[in-house]
Amino acid sequence: MNKRKLPIGAALLNAPFTLWIAIFVLAPLVLVAYFAFTGNDGRFSLEWFEYIFHPARRETYLRMFGDSLLYGATATAISLLLAFPLAHFMAQSKPSVQRVLMLLIMVPMWMNFLIATIAWQSILEYNSGLINNLLAAIGLPRLRMINTPGAAILGMVYNFVPFMILPIYTVMARLNVQLVEAAQDLGASRWQVLRRVIVPLSMPGVMSGIVMVFVPSVSVFFINDRLGGVRLIGDVINQRVLNETNLGAAFSLILMLMILVCMLVLNRMGDREKGAFVT
Amino acid sequence: MEKDIIIDLRNINIALGGQPILQDLSLYIRNKEFITLLGPSGCGKTTTLRIIAGFLQPDEGQVIFDGSDCAGVPPHKRQVNTIFQRYALFPHLNVYKNVAFGLKLAKLSKKELHDRVTEMLALVNLTGFEKRTISSLSGGQQQRVAIARALAVRPRVLLLDEPLGALDLKLRKDMQVELKNIQQQLGVTFVYVTHDQEEALSMSDTIVVMDEGVIQQIGTPKDIYDEPKNAFVADFIGESNIIDGIMLADLKVKFAGMTFTCVDKGFAKNEKVDVVIRPEDVDIVPAARGVLPGTITSATFKGVHYEYIVDVQGFKWMIQSTDAYAVDDVIGIMIDPQEMHVMKKSKYSDLIGDYSSFSDEFDELSNPEEDDDE
Repeated sequence: MNKRKLPIGAALLNAPFTLWIAIFVLAPLVLVAYFAFTGNDGRFSLEWFEYIFHPARRETYLRMFGDSLLYGATATAISLLLAFPLAHFMAQSKPSVQRVLMLLIMVPMWMNFLIATIAWQSILEYNSGLINNLLAAIGLPRLRMINTPGAAILGMVYNFVPFMILPIYTVMARLNVQLVEAAQDLGASRWQVLRRVIVPLSMPGVMSGIVMVFVPSVSVFFINDRLGGVRLIGDVINQRVLNETNLGAAFSLILMLMILVCMLVLNRMGDREKGAFVT
Repeated sequence: MEKDIIIDLRNINIALGGQPILQDLSLYIRNKEFITLLGPSGCGKTTTLRIIAGFLQPDEGQVIFDGSDCAGVPPHKRQVNTIFQRYALFPHLNVYKNVAFGLKLAKLSKKELHDRVTEMLALVNLTGFEKRTISSLSGGQQQRVAIARALAVRPRVLLLDEPLGALDLKLRKDMQVELKNIQQQLGVTFVYVTHDQEEALSMSDTIVVMDEGVIQQIGTPKDIYDEPKNAFVADFIGESNIIDGIMLADLKVKFAGMTFTCVDKGFAKNEKVDVVIRPEDVDIVPAARGVLPGTITSATFKGVHYEYIVDVQGFKWMIQSTDAYAVDDVIGIMIDPQEMHVMKKSKYSDLIGDYSSFSDEFDELSNPEEDDDE
């Protein structure tokens, strides 16, 4: 970017946005860092990190961080596997079909995720769940579904998959059909068109979809609390932050750093992807 | 002769969205020929191209490629390649990889592939552009990449859909010459779609004039210009004065109240006909020496010549002349027998009038750049 000074008018137009970023994005980040490094006496301290990495707890918390990443990555991967073909199908459908599908994807988002999660809970319950009641009614054994990693990941995918579909669909819908025809014309089969044209050109959508699903999945709370078997770091933060703000901030800071590292790695892969189709 | 035919379209009918686009279109294309499908927007020329490429299946009729029926053969298995209207270059690949796209799919060895890409880039004068991204190229350069990409896979037939439509006039003229050279150099059959009659006349071996999904005339550029089959062709290719006439007998035609000797024959006695006279074929002479008297109503200097609109008995003629006259000058006009061309009446006869409402501006409006006749 060149360093041209913005004219006064443009600077004024930008002001609300700059202010917003400063107050609601930068300030909270600074505050989280401040709390994380502040002791109960109000002075700089590493005590919260010492607490987290205390030999007696270290293993527990490290496993929670690890599980959070694993659950988040799994939910993201499943969302991508579901969303990519669906977005591809949508982008190729008639406009009327596209509108209906879009609505179907959006509607679950209108429903509060707490309600949706509790609904899933009552569907998956062991003793009184909808599925198990049905199974029991036809004489089949009950299945253990609630309080499993699968149930937690199902809850995440259910809640976050629209954030994967929308960016991919948006990119695919704008894809020039002539590019597909040009690839066919040059000898590409349907599969080759997908691999060499549609997938690489959809990468910007895939990348933002991954971010949009991975970030909330890694820091997820409540969904896992209700459906999952193990505690994840989001649940810990949720539990601790009210009474032990500084400890919660320290957990948050570590989580944010982990997500940041993941995003950097992802970006690196994205850049390499662009150059993947070399001679 | 028969052996030389590479593409044979037989009785093609197609309707899109309930609208008939091509009606019983039959056309054969000779090997190594430069053939142009020429016509206004919506005449079905792009549709014809897409049928040859395999992107559309005709409702009825056959596409025969090199002796075998193409029905059901998908585009990627056809030995034809297309230059798309807006190039359709892959934005995620650089110039080299764009040209290499088809070759990679054809599983060429690394060395062969590299040699072929290098050769193609040299052919279109883009050596040294290998690593450039598509978005960093000008329109003309993108056009060249598209040509190189399509020719790299050595197609038997290259389909070009208004390839020069997005370029400015000067560049367009240069590319016309270059394309023609490439075609002759490689001996590839070119099927070229355009609505630009000048482009068609200067590049083609054969021109196919189309309107409303029907072929109006097939012929060499000279045939099409000198011997248009009907008023549509005469009007679409160049400027024409089209006058109602009556064929009194062979070699005798009557129009504007006078009987003229002409070179056309084979019409019924007293058959109503259209007579075409090109603006450059009419001579302006002093009123007393002309066969028909006229009054100049408009004069425009065009550089090479003047363009006059001349009122002859209420009918407005367009006449081009290198001599200067002024508006309201009374002049006479002379026409040589071989400069008249007599055509059968067609459904276009009543639609195409004289030059009474003519202006350059209108002409441009009725000749839009964008062509979306799918």
